[in-house]
Amino acid sequence: MTPLLEARRLVRAFGTRRAVNDVSFGIAAGEALALFGPNGAGKTTLLRLLAGLLKPNSGAAAIADATLPAPHARARVGLISHRTMLYDTLTARENVRFAAHLHGVPEADASTQRALELLRVADRADVPVRALSRGLQQRVAIARAIVHGPDVLLADEPYTGLDEQGASALTGLLLERRRAGAALVVVTHALSEGLAVASHAAVMRGGSFVRLEPTQGLDVARYAAEYRELFA
Amino acid sequence: MSRPPGLLGAAWLIARKDLAIEFRSRSAFLSALVLSLLSLVIFYFAWDPTAVAAVDVAPGILWVTFTFSGLLGLHRSFGVEAQERAMDALLVAPVAREAIFLGKALANFAFVLGVQAVALPALALFYNLPLSVVLGPLALAMLLAAIGLTCVGTLFAGITSNTRMAELLLPVLALPFFVPIVLPAAQVTAKLLAGRPLDESLGWFRILLAFDLVFLYACMLTFPFTLED
Repeated sequence: MTPLLEARRLVRAFGTRRAVNDVSFGIAAGEALALFGPNGAGKTTLLRLLAGLLKPNSGAAAIADATLPAPHARARVGLISHRTMLYDTLTARENVRFAAHLHGVPEADASTQRALELLRVADRADVPVRALSRGLQQRVAIARAIVHGPDVLLADEPYTGLDEQGASALTGLLLERRRAGAALVVVTHALSEGLAVASHAAVMRGGSFVRLEPTQGLDVARYAAEYRELFA
Repeated sequence: MSRPPGLLGAAWLIARKDLAIEFRSRSAFLSALVLSLLSLVIFYFAWDPTAVAAVDVAPGILWVTFTFSGLLGLHRSFGVEAQERAMDALLVAPVAREAIFLGKALANFAFVLGVQAVALPALALFYNLPLSVVLGPLALAMLLAAIGLTCVGTLFAGITSNTRMAELLLPVLALPFFVPIVLPAAQVTAKLLAGRPLDESLGWFRILLAFDLVFLYACMLTFPFTLED
């Protein structure tokens, strides 16, 4: 299948250290890549390259045939981070609506309401973000990331701060986005959560992929044991 | 089908968002206002009216006060983006980097004008200045100066926002670039308050306008490079 999101020999260095070192992969529409690895493996840097927030030293990332960080490529990206990227003085609704306006979403108010309802935070929509718990803030952050219906959803530790209900809503949302034809990259330390939504799993170490395989038929317990062994 | 806003549309959205944040918290505006008023009071008590006439001392006080109080708002404008890395969401959005600059500069411009609108009558009150006679041309000079100050200030606020000593670096870097704006603005103010004919200030107005255009264009072109890691 033609990849919707593609990384071609991406390299990104900070000083002499290569945070991402010659990474290539492709994800087709409806597929999801779960990205695992220890702290400092280069997962977040890779995600920032895929979002167009960082320029690679060499190689390229592209969405369909648009190379990042071109604006029409960024328009198709939704980014969830472990930082909420919200303005704490504004309400949840204002934050999400601002994102909708920036993406030029038609009927921004209705789309905002739908996104907040999907994340089950509509009843707190008119409360300033600073008055919400960390988990509710994360739900608003996810609503902000999906309000424009992105083709490519990049999630860096998206389960941060979420309670059981929030985590289940997020898993449901990620699976629904896959069914809708989006390509997903999910960075997480929780193997079971990552594998639950992914069609492919990759492990990063020292800026490179050391494993990349489809999740179909993958035994979670065995994968977890091999993962632990890899970093023992 | 989504249709992202153009340069001016995105800039307006960002400016409106920044002003809404400032309107809610009022922290930077109140700080700038208090700094302005305190400066005026301190200058007033340090001033010897028998040695220097009010119209001679007022232009300097006015522009020192505006320059430093404006810096408070400029610093704050990128602080709100840094808090939860909201800047990342702006950068992922399909809007031009120049729109982020314009939006920030527009909000800062409104901020500086707001401070000027309160501080100028206070100055007139303290120093018994004949403001009503020169209000039109003086307001124009302040408007032009505010454009230049906010353009340069927004650029340097963006540059310093990710540094550890942003509060120190911003004035150190920005103040030398404020000189071409503050100098003609102070000259215009001095001539107007001294009751000189408007013709004498036209040259300084032209210099102000020229620097505004140069700074607006140069800062807008430079700003995208400041966002790269």
